[in-house]
Amino acid sequence: MTREEIYTRLTEQFHESLFEKSDEPFNEFITVQADAWFDIAKYLKNDPELYFDSLMCMSGVDFGPKDDTMEVAYDFHSMRHLHKITTKITGPREDFHIPSVESVWRIADWHEREIYDLFGIIFDGHRNLKRLLLPDDWEGHPLRKDYEVQEYYHGIRVPKIKPKKLTP
Amino acid sequence: MGILENKFNDNIIVGQMDKLIGWARSNSPWYFQFGLACCAIEMMSTAAARHDFDRFGAMPRSSPRQADVMIVAGTVTMKMGLRVRRLWEQMADPKYVISMGSCATSGGPYWQHGYHVLKGVDLVVPVDVYVPGCPPRPEALLEGLMKLQEKVKRQKTLAKIEE
Repeated sequence: MTREEIYTRLTEQFHESLFEKSDEPFNEFITVQADAWFDIAKYLKNDPELYFDSLMCMSGVDFGPKDDTMEVAYDFHSMRHLHKITTKITGPREDFHIPSVESVWRIADWHEREIYDLFGIIFDGHRNLKRLLLPDDWEGHPLRKDYEVQEYYHGIRVPKIKPKKLTP
Repeated sequence: MGILENKFNDNIIVGQMDKLIGWARSNSPWYFQFGLACCAIEMMSTAAARHDFDRFGAMPRSSPRQADVMIVAGTVTMKMGLRVRRLWEQMADPKYVISMGSCATSGGPYWQHGYHVLKGVDLVVPVDVYVPGCPPRPEALLEGLMKLQEKVKRQKTLAKIEE
């Protein structure tokens, strides 16, 4: 199935206003509303024609305080039909909630924990949403654009290092 | 040495005893076997047949309580920094630390952008010898160990240290 066919199939099943399609070449993705994401995810997994049984990758993106948006991208692949799709969910930088798909694809467990760890995006319905890589008592989420390194960590001083200006 | 340490006036017997203790200590630097990053590969290579750590009496020990030397081989993250300090506290005196590679010495390539990396293991434990390199060649680590041996040999164990 091509992306067009997948898009048509999704809009037949769900309401069309939930989806938004990008028409850029080589950058094909479908943007999904966060509220309906869990039902759509279950449909993507269980429908025999789509059958996306593999969640290949999950990525978080922070576009900075200027745009005030964050994004999570999901890359799916079907082992049976050998087709692919990318879906994205966008939202605000503060208090961004997304339904967890950890119960649909088990691999999403660690992916979601990592994205929570580094971006602070909250996945509702995750059974064990805590930090994956950093220590539990770490302050802040390091991959956010406005992240500032803490001064002390358990009495260890963290030196402030100013970025060097590049000379032309 | 506890109750005997630095308690005696320096005379010919105490001096010779110190030399003997220094010779014994410097020729059995049993090192604590733990690696944190790619420097550990070089450390393993140093311990293997070609470079042969054993000829200096350096034996890998898997427990901090049996070890004399701690070779911090690799990048120390903040999370690991606390563990490194705890392991160092568990080692029995006399204990020495070799900081191996630029990451353990100063943060190395993570100096500017590594928010999670300890900028030098000397923020956590006292370091005796720094070995530069990224990672250091086995020869460099051997040189570092020989420097440590010199330092241990010069140390006064029984004789009083003059202020």
